[in-house]
Amino acid sequence: MSAASSKSSGTPSNKGFRFGKWRPGQQNEAYLFLLPSLIGFAFFVLIPIIGAFALSFFDWNLISPAKFVGVDNYKQLLFQDAVFRKVLGNTFYYAVTIVPLQLILGLVMAVALNQGIRGLELYRLIYFMPVITNIVAVAIVFQWLLNRDFGVANAWVWQLADATGWHIAPPDWLNSSFWAKPAVIILTLWKNIGFTMVIYLAALQGVPESLYDAAKVDGATGSQRFRFVTIPMVSATTFFLVVIQMIGAFQLFAEPFVMTRGGPAQASLTIVMYIYQNAFEFGRMGKATALAWILFAIIFIFTLIQTRLQRRWVHYETGD
Amino acid sequence: MTQRKRLGHIFLHIFLIIGSLFMLLPFIWMLSTSLKEAREVFTFPPQWLPKKLNWSNYTKALTAMPFGRFYLNSFMVAISTTLLTLTTSSLAAFAFARLRFKGRETLFLVYLATLMIPFTVLLIPNFIMVRYLGWYDSYWALIFPPAFSAFATFLLRQNFRGIPVELDDAARMDGASSFRIWWQIIMPNSGPAIAALAIFLFLGNWNEFLWPLVVTNSPEMRTIPVGLNSFQGQYSVKWELLMAAAVVAMLPIIIVYMFAQKWFIKGITVTGMGGR
Repeated sequence: MSAASSKSSGTPSNKGFRFGKWRPGQQNEAYLFLLPSLIGFAFFVLIPIIGAFALSFFDWNLISPAKFVGVDNYKQLLFQDAVFRKVLGNTFYYAVTIVPLQLILGLVMAVALNQGIRGLELYRLIYFMPVITNIVAVAIVFQWLLNRDFGVANAWVWQLADATGWHIAPPDWLNSSFWAKPAVIILTLWKNIGFTMVIYLAALQGVPESLYDAAKVDGATGSQRFRFVTIPMVSATTFFLVVIQMIGAFQLFAEPFVMTRGGPAQASLTIVMYIYQNAFEFGRMGKATALAWILFAIIFIFTLIQTRLQRRWVHYETGD
Repeated sequence: MTQRKRLGHIFLHIFLIIGSLFMLLPFIWMLSTSLKEAREVFTFPPQWLPKKLNWSNYTKALTAMPFGRFYLNSFMVAISTTLLTLTTSSLAAFAFARLRFKGRETLFLVYLATLMIPFTVLLIPNFIMVRYLGWYDSYWALIFPPAFSAFATFLLRQNFRGIPVELDDAARMDGASSFRIWWQIIMPNSGPAIAALAIFLFLGNWNEFLWPLVVTNSPEMRTIPVGLNSFQGQYSVKWELLMAAAVVAMLPIIIVYMFAQKWFIKGITVTGMGGR
C-alpha cells in the first residue's frame, strides 16, 4: 500500500474525467493556472536537465571559458579515476548494508508494535523522533557518541572488556578506514528506522485478522504465520521501501559529510560527496555533472531491475 | 488475556523499552553534555549526569555565532518555500485534474518523468542558474529553486480527482469562475491532504542541508543546518558548546512534534517518498 495510491483508492477517481459543459475559454484558462508552476519548472527543472546534459561534455571552472571535451569527463571517470572507483565501492557498501538492515529492523519493530500492546503511541513517538530531527545536528551528536576516548559507545566496549577479561580494544570509529563506514551506517539506521517502521505498521494494520485465524486453524505456528502470512501480505510495501531506500542510500550525503568529512582518506566518501567536491572544491563543473549522470544511470538501472524482479516476489491483492 | 499472552506482552515491552533507550540515548547524551563543564566533558568513564547544570554553555554557543539570524533564515525560507510550492502546485494540479486543454496528458507525463531525475543531477545546473540570475547568497536562491515540485503537483492532482465533479458543475451553473472553484471548492475539500503535504514540505525545507550549503556564503544567509555545520568546523572539540547548539537546533521541531505526532507521521507517510 504505497502512500500516494492509498489516498485516492477510497474514492472513485475516474469520475474526474467527466467534465461539465465544454467551454472554449477553458483552454487559455488552464494555461493560466499552469503558468506559475510552468515558469518555475522551466527554470529550475527543465532547463537545468538540458544544461546538465550539455555541461557534462565541457571542462569548466566557472571562471575561464568552458572548453568542449566530448566524452572525456565520462571516459576519465569510468576508466582512469581511482577515487571514482573508491566512492562507487563505498556507495554500494552503504546501499547493500543500509537497505536490508533498515527493512528487517523496521519490520521487526512494526510487528512488535502491532501485537495490540499498550503504549503504542508512546513507543511510536520515540521511534519516529529521529526521523524529524536535523541531520547535521544528529551527525554531530553521533560524532561525540562515537568519540574514541570519551564517547559512550567505546566506554561500553571498555566496560565489556573489563567485565569479561577479553582483550578487545574499541575502534577509533571516525578515523579508521574500516570503522568509518559502519559509523555512518549506525547513524543512518538510527535516523531512518522510525520511517520504515511507521510505513510497515500501516501495512500490517491492513492485513485482515481472518488470514491469521485461518492459519491458526490450519495449525501454523507463530513463525510460520509470520513467514507465510505477514511477509507476503506486506510485500508490496517492502517493494516500495526497497526502491525508495535504495534511491536514498545511493544519494547519501549529509551523514558522512558532517560526521567523517568522507575520511579517513576517502574511506567513507560517497558519490554525491565526490560530486560536491568536484564542483565546489575542485572547480570541475563538467566532471561533477558527468558523475551526476552516471549516478542517475545507476539508480535508474537498479530501480528497473527491482521493478522487473518484483513480479517474482511481490504479492498483490486481487479482486480489490 | 491468557497467561501465555500476558507473558508474551511482558517480553515485548522489555524488547521495546530497550529499543526506546537506544533511540533516546543520543538525545540524552546530547542534553547531558550540553550542561557539563568543559573539564567534565573529558572524563572517563563518561558521566550521564552533569555535576551541576551549566546553562552558560547555551549563552556561549548562541553568542559565538548568529544563531538568531540562522533561525530567522530557516523560518523565512521554510515558510516561503512551502507556501510557494503549495500555491503553484495546487493551481497546476487543478488544471491537470479539472480543466480540459490541449497537451494535458503529455505535459503531465513530462512532470511525472522529471520525478525520476534525482536532485543531485539538478544541483550543479541550478547553482549555475542561480549565479546567472544574480541570486547567489540571497533569499531568492534559498526559496525559489526548491519551490517547484512535480511531486506535490502529482499528489494534489490525485487528491483533487477524488473530489466529486458534481460540486464543480453546480458551482459553474451558479456562475462561479474556475479560480473560485479552485479556491472555494477544491482547496477546502482537500484539507487533510494539503495539511499533510504542508508538514512534509516544511520539514523538508527546514532540514534541507545540501542546497543552502551550496548557494550561501555569508554567515547572515545561513540556515540552521548550514550554520551548525560551520560552527562545528570552528569549535570542533568544544563538545559542550556543540551539543548546546545541537539542542537549540532540534528543540523547536521536537516540541511541536510531541504535540502533533499524528500529523507529522501522516505528513511523512502519506507523502511517502521522504524526498524529492
